[in-house]
Amino acid sequence: MRKILQYLKPHVPRMSVGLTIKFIGTIMDLLLPWILAYMIDDVVPLRSVPLILWWGGAMLVCSVLAVVTNIVANRMASRVARDTTEAIRHDLFSKISYLSCAQIDEFTIPSLESRLTSDTYNIHQMVGMMQRLGVRAPILLLGGVLVTFTLEPVLTLVLVCVLPFIGYIVYRVSKKGIPLYTQLQQAVDNMVRTVREHAGGIRVIKALSKADYEKKRFADANAKVVEREKKAGITMALTNPMMNLFLNLGLTLVILVGAYRVNAGVTQAGKIIAFLSYFTIILNAMLSVTRIFVMYSKGSASAGRISLVLDAPADLAVREAEKENTENHIVFEHVSFSYHKQKENLTDVSFALRRGQTLGVIGATGSGKSTLINLLMRLYDADSGRILIDGRPIESIDDAELHEMFGVVFQNDILFADTIASNIDLGRGIPRERLEEAVEHAQAADFIHALPDGLDHMLTAKGTNVSGGQKQRILLARAFAANPDILILDDSSSALDYKTDARLRADIRKYYQNTTTVIIAQRVSSIKHADHILVLEEGHVIGSGTHEELMETCATYQEISRTQMGGGEVA
Amino acid sequence: MHKEGKGKQIAATGLPKPKVQNKKKVLLRLWKYLYRHKWMLLLALFLTVTSNLLALLGPMLSGLAIDAIGTTAGGVQFETVFYYCALMVVFYVVSSALSYGLSVLMVNLSQKIVYRMRKDISDTLLELPVRFFDTHQTGDIVSRISYDIDTVNASLSNDLLQICTSVITVVGSLVMMIAISPTLVLVFAVTIPISIFLTKYMTGKVRPLFRKRSAKLGELNGYVEEIISGQKTIKAYHREKTMIGRFDKRNTDAVDAYYNADYYGSMVGPSVNFVNNLSLSLISVFGAMLYLGGGLTLGNLSSFVLYSRKFSGPINEMANILSELQSACAAAERVFRLIDEEPEPRDADGAYTLSDVRGDVEMEHIVFGYDPNKTIIHDLSLHAPPGSLVAVVGPTGAGKTTIINLLMRFYDPDSGTIRVDGHGSLSVTRKSLRLAYAMVLQDTWLFHGTVFDNIAYGKEGATMEDVERVAKAAKIHNYILSLPKGYDTVLSDSGMNISQGQKQLLTIARAMLLDAKMLILDEATSNVDTQTELQIQQAMTRLMAGKTCFVIAHRLSTIENADTILVVRDGEIVEQGKHKELLQRGGVYAGMYNSQFV
Repeated sequence: MRKILQYLKPHVPRMSVGLTIKFIGTIMDLLLPWILAYMIDDVVPLRSVPLILWWGGAMLVCSVLAVVTNIVANRMASRVARDTTEAIRHDLFSKISYLSCAQIDEFTIPSLESRLTSDTYNIHQMVGMMQRLGVRAPILLLGGVLVTFTLEPVLTLVLVCVLPFIGYIVYRVSKKGIPLYTQLQQAVDNMVRTVREHAGGIRVIKALSKADYEKKRFADANAKVVEREKKAGITMALTNPMMNLFLNLGLTLVILVGAYRVNAGVTQAGKIIAFLSYFTIILNAMLSVTRIFVMYSKGSASAGRISLVLDAPADLAVREAEKENTENHIVFEHVSFSYHKQKENLTDVSFALRRGQTLGVIGATGSGKSTLINLLMRLYDADSGRILIDGRPIESIDDAELHEMFGVVFQNDILFADTIASNIDLGRGIPRERLEEAVEHAQAADFIHALPDGLDHMLTAKGTNVSGGQKQRILLARAFAANPDILILDDSSSALDYKTDARLRADIRKYYQNTTTVIIAQRVSSIKHADHILVLEEGHVIGSGTHEELMETCATYQEISRTQMGGGEVA
Repeated sequence: MHKEGKGKQIAATGLPKPKVQNKKKVLLRLWKYLYRHKWMLLLALFLTVTSNLLALLGPMLSGLAIDAIGTTAGGVQFETVFYYCALMVVFYVVSSALSYGLSVLMVNLSQKIVYRMRKDISDTLLELPVRFFDTHQTGDIVSRISYDIDTVNASLSNDLLQICTSVITVVGSLVMMIAISPTLVLVFAVTIPISIFLTKYMTGKVRPLFRKRSAKLGELNGYVEEIISGQKTIKAYHREKTMIGRFDKRNTDAVDAYYNADYYGSMVGPSVNFVNNLSLSLISVFGAMLYLGGGLTLGNLSSFVLYSRKFSGPINEMANILSELQSACAAAERVFRLIDEEPEPRDADGAYTLSDVRGDVEMEHIVFGYDPNKTIIHDLSLHAPPGSLVAVVGPTGAGKTTIINLLMRFYDPDSGTIRVDGHGSLSVTRKSLRLAYAMVLQDTWLFHGTVFDNIAYGKEGATMEDVERVAKAAKIHNYILSLPKGYDTVLSDSGMNISQGQKQLLTIARAMLLDAKMLILDEATSNVDTQTELQIQQAMTRLMAGKTCFVIAHRLSTIENADTILVVRDGEIVEQGKHKELLQRGGVYAGMYNSQFV
């Protein structure tokens, strides 16, 4: 919550003005019954119609002032809420954008999403309502008490004695309620994930006729949400009736005490009547206070979830390090890494590449191929060993500088709901001619030009309106577009037919001579021409060398090659 | 898995949106949900009436108590005061107990309704054609099932109750006021119409703004989902700034839409309050006049004011409630629009249920396009006798996966017939048709559940033995045993770094468990290394024995054993035959095959 309050700081002047205006408006609301009491007690006995009209006019003025100031203040509050939410969301999104992959793994993507959407929405509501009700209700409450105090101090004391009880109840209930809302949120997350799974797996679900099963699975998640929401709702529902009860009991007490005081001649019945009319105001204000509490408990749960992300320590800091003299462009020295710091995913990997050379990586699923490039791009930090680019340890290279060296296509890489051109450009400001070239080299020109809008063809989210092969070629164009120093292709031509794949490789050789390339592939044909090939097995390098060398020395490689190329036909 | 073979232009056109429903219809449908629980509703109504009437008696009792106090010192009738005070305590206790009972009841009621609505969405969703998912963003669907329903829920559980309370308090107070002074009540003849006019004006103004607010938030959610799932790519290209810039625009749109709705929405409360203050002023002035004319006692005036406060309090609340109802209506509308989406057409009357499938598949003159204006399969015919292996090869985008969409009836052809065992697929139940196939798609789909559940997914009542058997056959058994809880390990989105290939193996195991007579493999093994692939292929070969198989793959070694190879280009089969024949022909296939060894 403290974190969120910081966002309100820059708005303090505006809020102060707004709250002052709100204050004036609320005072006007409080003034009205006072004038009424004055009219009844002091003006009416004078039997002067003009005077009555005059005071009536004063009430009208108060009413108009109240409406104008309240609207103005509400709008100012809305603006503060808007600007605050905008800033929080912006910072949260920025923070998430710069979280390291390890941190994102830890938070999980769906949870980050819900923090950005529903949690910030709760904050928006809270900030808005808190300013509107948060000022008005306490003022009405305090003001009401103050005015009654001037009317009849003893009776006010009686009423005030009741307030701590009410405060205690609200506090207890909220304290019980807040954790319930946190639990509720977890159930909601689970339900949302189920819906996501349905949307993503609809073909499998339909193929296996599991719609009924999935309906049941959703129903379970749904039931859990309902159950927890009920529990939270019922707990919170205790506040209102309890408050009403205490206030009304207090009121009864007032009448009783009042009876004794009237009997003793210390006060008049008229005062008690006036007292009762303020009582309604106090009651309503108290109701608003509970609303604030409910909203606050919801909001603070959300604020907590947001702060957790915002406060996440910056990972992968840049560390100064000496540059070494080396002719190699990329060097891995005894690199080891584990995602969960238990079983190593990559063990003691070493290799060196000169500028313009190509590294081929081949190996079984889960052998650490993708991990290798995750480390090279410093999406994760290696646990031990060193990775150098141009002799500089990668930890010493600024994030921007480091990542601008690369053109990359990941396994299952993503396309956005945007034009093909902007998907390739990705906001890098690459000239159109260069995009065309990249498309050409990625073997994507034919199909893109066949589209009615060509490069300006709109893709749907995740590129669902192009085929897998077309997707890969757009992704390749993205990787080529900025003429990268280092090109990384992680199984990025698996959906291409051999002919296209072959042309692609030829184009890479021809147009990207100075680009150092790392190709991860399942097919030997995709990497056999590489200057250096690594064969990985369970994170270990079990073969290293050229195709010819490996055919001599590495049994696994021979086997892969034989099964793929059909025995003796291999050239 | 829905990425491949979606065809090209579907998303651009999408489906025609059902017409925006008017407010009345939305309310009527909400009412139908309520009406399902009419007894609870009735009980709620009863509780509301009782507890509020009791509360209404409060001012009357206190008035009587005050009368008993009188105005003179020493003249207090203590017994009467005690009597009324005791009554007040009883009434207030009962009233509070009732209102708590009411809240509990309403929470239960609203949760029943919300459960029902979510269930309706989910039930609809799972019956929608695949096309819907190909053309809609998941984020938007999620925002309806969570945010929109939440809004409706908040409104149902709080506002409904409030409305009842308000109505009774308002009516009750009015009755009391009329009893006190019918003349003075005429003041409300001035203020209530103003109030109604204001509310109506606001409603008209605010509603579209609230709808926009929902829509903009949905857009923002969609964008966030898209970008966060692509964060690795964004990081790799250091495009964080660009994406933040784009996010900012949507963020601004969303908060602006919220602000705009608030801008008018926040007028409602003070305006109604103004009307109330106006009536208070009028009551004061005219009350004073009446008093002067002798038509009203001072005590009467006080009670009247007290009741008019009670009268206006709820009306004040009502304004807040109204603006919440606004957003609830907008949200409900979006929910209903999803529920109203056209489901997959029902099976034809008396549709045949395939059983004991032999696996004879025939496609005759199939014409199809995702976009009706753009045909991508022009005239496709093929025959796959039982037990045959059909390999579909061809350049990317030639329409290979489209064939699967058609075989599985994810999409129906524009013309032409697909027959299974001689039955036209349109005259067969979808369920039996789809269950006749086992399918392994290129993109793997696993859900949040145990490894066991994921593998056993397609076959009800599968035993651990069955599952282990196929896991061994798919060469994933050892990996599973290495997981913390073996087959009981929950596959969650976090934690485990399960690789694409391992996911693939799990889905292969899942497909192996099915007793289908027909098998579809869509580049199924493209993420598995060749050694594993070889082992899988051996297992598959056993599995495929006697089954009709459709294999879509680029690896020619996989296809060499096929009985029929279909070479697809531009949706049409340009070549058809066995591997050797096609090689000798020296056509498209031969060209592709030779280019493997450049």
